[in-house]
Amino acid sequence: MGFFLETLIGGLMAGMLYSLIALGFVLIFKASGVFNFAQGAMVLFAALAMARFSEWIPQALGFDNKVLGNVLAFAAALLLMVVVAWIIERFVLRKLVNQEAITLLMVTLGIAYFLDGFGQTLFGSDIYKIDIGLPKEPMFLFESVFPGGMLVSKEDLYAAAIAAALVISLSLFFQYTSTGRALRAVADDHQAAQSIGISLSRIWVIVWSVAGFVALVAGMIWGSKLGVQFSLSLVALKALPVVILGGLTSVPGAIIGGLIIGVGEKLSEVYIGPMLGGGIEIWFGYVLVLFVLLVRPQGLFGEKIIDRV
Amino acid sequence: MRRAGSAGPLHEPPWGAATSGSVGAQFLMIYRENGQFKTSYSSDQQVFAIAQDRWGILLLLVFAVVGVPLLADEYMFRAILIPFLILSLAALGLNILVGYCGQVSLGTGAFMAVGAYAAYNFMVRIDGMPLLAAILLGGLCATVVGVLFGIPSLRIKGLYLAVATLAAQFFVDWAFLRISWFTNNSTSGSVSVWGLEVLGFSIATPQAKYLFCLAILVVFAILAKNLVRSHIGREWMAIRDMDVAAAVVGIRPVYAKLTAFAVSSFIVGVAGALWGFVHLGSWEPAAFSIDRSFQLLFMIIIGGLGSIMGSFFGAAFIVILPIFLNQALPALGGLVGIDISTAMVAHTELMIFGGLIVFFLIVEPHGLAKLWSMGKEKMRLWPFPH
Amino acid sequence: MAQRKIGDVILEVKNISLRFGGVNALTDISLDVREHEVRAIIGPNGAGKSSMLNCINGVYIPQEGQITFKGKSFSHMNSRQVAEMGVARTFQNLALFKGMSVLDNIMSGRNLRMKTNIFQQAFRNPWWSAAEREEGEHREVVEKIIDFLEIQAYRKTPVGRLPYGLQKRVDLGRALAMEPSVLLLDEPMAGMNVEEKQDMSRFVLDVNDEFGTTIVLIEHDMGVVMDISDRIVVLDYGKKIGDGTPAEVRANPEVIAAYLGTSD
Repeated sequence: MGFFLETLIGGLMAGMLYSLIALGFVLIFKASGVFNFAQGAMVLFAALAMARFSEWIPQALGFDNKVLGNVLAFAAALLLMVVVAWIIERFVLRKLVNQEAITLLMVTLGIAYFLDGFGQTLFGSDIYKIDIGLPKEPMFLFESVFPGGMLVSKEDLYAAAIAAALVISLSLFFQYTSTGRALRAVADDHQAAQSIGISLSRIWVIVWSVAGFVALVAGMIWGSKLGVQFSLSLVALKALPVVILGGLTSVPGAIIGGLIIGVGEKLSEVYIGPMLGGGIEIWFGYVLVLFVLLVRPQGLFGEKIIDRV
Repeated sequence: MRRAGSAGPLHEPPWGAATSGSVGAQFLMIYRENGQFKTSYSSDQQVFAIAQDRWGILLLLVFAVVGVPLLADEYMFRAILIPFLILSLAALGLNILVGYCGQVSLGTGAFMAVGAYAAYNFMVRIDGMPLLAAILLGGLCATVVGVLFGIPSLRIKGLYLAVATLAAQFFVDWAFLRISWFTNNSTSGSVSVWGLEVLGFSIATPQAKYLFCLAILVVFAILAKNLVRSHIGREWMAIRDMDVAAAVVGIRPVYAKLTAFAVSSFIVGVAGALWGFVHLGSWEPAAFSIDRSFQLLFMIIIGGLGSIMGSFFGAAFIVILPIFLNQALPALGGLVGIDISTAMVAHTELMIFGGLIVFFLIVEPHGLAKLWSMGKEKMRLWPFPH
Repeated sequence: MAQRKIGDVILEVKNISLRFGGVNALTDISLDVREHEVRAIIGPNGAGKSSMLNCINGVYIPQEGQITFKGKSFSHMNSRQVAEMGVARTFQNLALFKGMSVLDNIMSGRNLRMKTNIFQQAFRNPWWSAAEREEGEHREVVEKIIDFLEIQAYRKTPVGRLPYGLQKRVDLGRALAMEPSVLLLDEPMAGMNVEEKQDMSRFVLDVNDEFGTTIVLIEHDMGVVMDISDRIVVLDYGKKIGDGTPAEVRANPEVIAAYLGTSD
């Protein structure tokens, strides 16, 4: 039982991190109708930026304080992501306003390849460290209830807490601020939003910047866990089932989808995996989503697609 | 003063201004349909309705069969021509599903893998199995898997379907790695073949492999072109364009979508078997990973969705680009005095590749095939501007 | 107007109700259509006319009621079944296959009658192929429709590039290609100028005259409706408020009130 709860909690925390990445997808899709395949590359790019800046800035400015270094590196990386968002909007999105979904998808794939190459050109392709002070030792909880206690990774716990905080604040932002309202208007109908004076360009830059911010936080967390390396951009492929499960346009969906996939992956790997030869994590999320979609083609919380004739 | 019909100052023919203008220019109009009147629906329905096109294709085929083997060296066969032929075939299959029937599939690599591993199993487990039969049977296995994973398309659409097809990709990746029966108990999922022969002829030389692949490609291209211009092709396109209206006209979405998946997977499976047997010789599941799926999708988008020719253009572009960059980048760097390491070349390749994709999609979202047909339109009128 | 022999009831709709969430699109509608007649459905915008056609056609499924066609009753229709039974329609917003040419769009109307299987089509050739012959036969039929609708010059043009009026003709052509016994026309003259309307009316009447096709027509232009219909149904807010010959409907006070408002 203790082991089951351990796995469960581990899954919940992993799921929280998936949700964080999924959130980037949902934000961009909600506001610009683009399915951003480059989200993973953005995570890598942001993480690389942060990792290298946290080395270079203290060197350049000649101080030794880790916390200050990290804060400045984060700020610099964030600024970089905003610039990237602006460039993407100005040179790519603006020219593709009325194109079909598959064209937009392929463009983001092109952007992904570009960012992968560019990031490694600018920042190098070794494995880099991000150290934001997340504790690495595990905790043992409930030692009185279970013999030996439940093993919980402190690092994952902190990471999940950060992710949860971010997700909640973004949800609140969407619901209660005027910019959030404008974003929802744009997501609903581009032309109608424009006709009441909302600037699509400005909104898109904001959204992609926020997605960049989300990517940076995700990259920071994953990077401090795994080290910053190329495989980080593949993390996005793990988040895709989450996005679809939750429904492409739903922020709560991304959260719940993440938790479901996170828990499902861990539990299935531990309990079903050995029967099938192991390594089923790579497809479990996707197959789960496939079956859910068969029952609800728009995901758990997505909008139903009504074809009008 | 410009005379009516004058072709403009740049097109003055050399025999002087007196006879310049429309009469002179008309001699230069080599690519026009004047005088080619179709007297039956059958002749209007032909694949290459314009005589110049027919001659062009004939010449191209003759060159491909006779000229290329004489002119190309082994490197060109192995690195460019054979991959081009096989990937064109796979792109053709994918184009039927995505370009003609509008069902987005991101799992093409999986179907290639099924074709390759299935053909392998037939060869290895059945004595005396002819190569061609094994390849076609591999294609049939891919068809079965394709239809299975096509069933979700009856309920799921668009981006949701795209992600659902990834389930096929990752599941098949895992299956060929972990289920050892498929790979004749190889631990890493890697298998190899050797000593290929067709109808008694050994196809060990690059030329023989090239001709074998060329033959298969030509046959499949003809079959595919026939399908897309017949009523099943119209059913596919109707589903793509508006599936609600398609039902009203009496088209069965189930039949249309599943046949698209079936035909597409068959072709892709055969291409996969060719890729493994003829091009690679030995392979493991990573040869058919998600990168391959994306690569094929790029091919048909850059080449042109819903166009048989587009599949060839796209495949050529994607095959030649990395090779071109590999040669050109260090050379360019040398010119400017920068030493470009192999890692740098790899990174720059990614950047240029990604950048080109973005550029292309912005400038001509209908792909190279559209540029080609626009070019032909201009040729019809050349040397007149309109 | 030529004298047509108007036959028995071929299509009957009984107590149909259709709701979308809280919106009542149709409430307890019953009407019948006789063979060979031109039956118009009119009413202010939002009255539920298109929804009515969509129910007959299987695009929407009504919550209550029954549809009887050629003697067989159904609680709801299935689009393909309806097509097989001989009902074709055009759409208010043009549901043409934008990626295909005019010829291909109209050929798609022949789909139900094309019987060659996928292998025959794959091995099609100009010398001994059943698929080639079949394609030629149906092409002849489609060419006659193209002549009838006077759109020969555009047959290879992708429909997305044609002006609206011509697209409407292609929509009609595709429906005609199905050789239907009942033709549902959803605002076939919307957005047309006087000349185009005259052409379209001529086409509709010719189809009714020559082939005896029963026509159910939604139309806003009162002149056209009064001119060419045999009987008219009037809907308002999803309810039926009038049913009869043009003269009867013109004199119906409820209908007048719905269209012109009352002066209370």
